[in-house]
Amino acid sequence: MFRQILRGAVAGSAALMVSGLALAQDVTGAGASFPAPIYAKWADAYNKASGARINYQSVGSGAGIKQIKSKTVDFGATDAPLTDEELAKDGLIQFPTVIGGVVPVVNIKGISPGQLKLTGAVLGDIYLGKITKWNDPAITALNPGVPLPDDAIAVVRRADGSGTSFLFTNYLSKVNAEWKSKVGEGTAVNWPTGAGGKGNEGVSAFVQRLPNSIGYVEYAYAKQNKMSYVQLKNKDGNYTKPDDETFKSAAAGADWSKSFYQVLTDQAGKDAWPITGATFILMHKTQDKPANATNALKFFEWAYASGDKSAEELDYVPLPAKVKDLTRKLWTDSLKDASGKAVAFK
Amino acid sequence: MAATLPATPYDPKKTMERSTPRGRPPARKHVAPWADKLFAVLTSGAAWLTLLLLVGIIVSLIFGAWPAIKQFGLGFLWSTEWDPVQEKFGGLVMIYGTLMTSFIALLIAVPVSFGIALFLTELSPGWLKRPLGIAIELLAAVPSIVYGMWGLLVFGPILAQYVQAPLQSAFGGVPFLGTLFSGPPVGIGILSAGIILAIMIIPFIAAVMRDVFDVTPPMLKESAYALGSTTWEVVSKVVLPYTKTGVIGGIMLGLGRALGETMAVTFVIGNFNQLDSLSLFQAANSITSALANEFAEAGAGLHQASLIYLGLVLFFITCVVLAFSKLLLAQLKKGEGKNT
Repeated sequence: MFRQILRGAVAGSAALMVSGLALAQDVTGAGASFPAPIYAKWADAYNKASGARINYQSVGSGAGIKQIKSKTVDFGATDAPLTDEELAKDGLIQFPTVIGGVVPVVNIKGISPGQLKLTGAVLGDIYLGKITKWNDPAITALNPGVPLPDDAIAVVRRADGSGTSFLFTNYLSKVNAEWKSKVGEGTAVNWPTGAGGKGNEGVSAFVQRLPNSIGYVEYAYAKQNKMSYVQLKNKDGNYTKPDDETFKSAAAGADWSKSFYQVLTDQAGKDAWPITGATFILMHKTQDKPANATNALKFFEWAYASGDKSAEELDYVPLPAKVKDLTRKLWTDSLKDASGKAVAFK
Repeated sequence: MAATLPATPYDPKKTMERSTPRGRPPARKHVAPWADKLFAVLTSGAAWLTLLLLVGIIVSLIFGAWPAIKQFGLGFLWSTEWDPVQEKFGGLVMIYGTLMTSFIALLIAVPVSFGIALFLTELSPGWLKRPLGIAIELLAAVPSIVYGMWGLLVFGPILAQYVQAPLQSAFGGVPFLGTLFSGPPVGIGILSAGIILAIMIIPFIAAVMRDVFDVTPPMLKESAYALGSTTWEVVSKVVLPYTKTGVIGGIMLGLGRALGETMAVTFVIGNFNQLDSLSLFQAANSITSALANEFAEAGAGLHQASLIYLGLVLFFITCVVLAFSKLLLAQLKKGEGKNT
C-alpha cells in the first residue's frame, strides 16, 4: 500500500513538473500601465475559457518597448505608438487594443463637472504659465456667467513619464503653436510650470486637495473619483464631454487603413473628444517562437471577439469593428515564423 | 639570560617534590586543518566581495552614464535645463533639491533627536524609558511610502494653512527671508520634503544617540554630579565628549538615509524641474525622485544616460559626506585633551 502511495506521489510530482514546463511556455508581455487593468482582466477570463496563461507586467511603455526590442517578452505594450520607420528598423508590428481618453479636471469651488469650458489654446496657455488666474479674460470669455474666482491657478501634471502625458502634450502641440515650439510632446517633457504628481492617483490626489487646481487624468480616474471634468472644444468647433461616445467618435475619424500610427488627439468629427488615444501592442514580424506568437494572437483574437464588455466595465472603449478587421489582416499578412510561414491564430 | 633566571637558586632535589603530571596533556586533535583555511578564505572573500561590488557599481554607473558624460561633461552639474524632448539635460535642480531637503531635515532632526536621547537617558522617569524608547524605534519601522502618503494627504494641507501662510504674511517684505518664503503656499515643495525627511530620520538618530549616551560610564557622570555639575553640564562636558564618535555616526546615518530617500520625497516635493526661485515653498525635484519617476519611461539614449549620471552624482555626494564625517572625527580626535 505504501508503495502505491509512493508511486502516486512520484506520478503526481512528474505531472507537476510537466505542468511546470508548460508554465515556462506561457505568453509573457510587458509595457504600458494604462491598459494593465484590462489586460489582467482579459488574461484571467481567457485563462478560464481556454486554460492558457498570459502574464502581463505593467512596467511602463518605455520599458515595454525596451523589452520587446531585446526579445525578453512575447509582446510589448505602449501607449504612444511607434512611427512606421521605428517599427521597420526593429522589425516590429503594432496594433491597437483599446481606446481611452485623457480628461482635464479642475477643483474650483462652485464649479460642477462639465461646467467649465476650455479650448486647446487656452489649456496650453495655462500649462505654459501664461494664464495664471482663473478670472483671466481668455477663460471668462469662454465661460460667460460661470463664477470664476480671482485666484491663482495651481497647475498639476504627471511627474513620471507616461502615455497619459504623451497624449496630453501631443494634443497641446497640435492646438497651441507656442507649446509646440517651447515644450513639444513626449512621455516626459520639460514642464514650464506646475507640481508633479506620481501616477494618475498622484495627480487626482493633488487636484482634489489643492483648491483652484487643474490637472489631467485618465478618463477612468476622473469618472470613478467623480472629479470636475472640463468640456473641450474639438476640431469641428463643438464643446464635448468625455465619455464612450465621444471617444468612439474620435477613433472613427482616424484613417487606420494606411498605418496604425494613429494618435487620436484633435480628430475631426462632430462629437470627437479631442484628447483620445489608443493603446498598442508590439510584436516581432519574424517569430523565433511561433508557438508563443500563436498563443498571443489567439489571446488577442479572443479579446477582440469577446472582451468588449469587460473593457467597457473598466471604462475603456472597445475598438471599432473596422479597426479590428484591419488588425486581423495585419496578423495574417505580417507575422511570420522563421521559415516565412504565417503564424496561425484561429 | 640573567634577568629571566628564577629568584630562588635552582635546586635539582626540590623538583622531585613537584607532583608529576600524568602524561602529556591530550594533544588537541587537528581534525580538519582545511576548515581553518576555508573559514579564513570565506571571511576575506566576503570582505573583498563587498569591495568588488562597490567597484562594480561605480564602473557600471560610469559605463551607463557615459553618453551623457560625453555629451554634457561637468557642465551637467550646473545646468538647470532638463528637457527630455530636446534631449538637453542638466542636474542642478535635482542636486540642489537633494542637498537642500537633506539639510533642512538635519536642521530639524539633530536638535530634536538630541532632545529625545537626552530625555530618555538623563531625565525620564524609569517607567517611561522603555515604552518611549520602543515607540521611537517603531517609528523607524514605518515604510517610507506611508510617510509619503501621510505627507501628501494629511501633513501638506496642515503645513500650507498653519505654517506657510503665516510665515508668508510675517516675512513678506523682508529681503532674504521674503524670497525664501515666497511662492504658492500649497503644502508641497522643498520645505515639506525636508520636514517629512526629518520625521523619518529622527528615530534613527535618536536611537543611536540614546544608545551611545547609555554607554557613558556612570562613574564619570556621578563624579561630575558629585562635583556640583548641573545636568546640562554633565551632558555637555562629560557625555557628549565621551560619545561624540557615536553621535556623529548617528547623524551621518540619518543624513545618508535622507539623501537616499525616494518614495516619501516623490510624494511631497512636487517633482518640478525648474529652479526659478530659491523659495522653500516652491515645488522642486530630488535626484532619487527624478530617477524613480522617469526611469521606467526613459528611452535608451541620452535621457537614460542622464538619469544614470544623476545616480553617479548621488553616489559621489554620499561618498563625500562619508569622507567628510571621517575627517571631522579625525579632527575632533586631534583636539582631544586640549580643552580640559
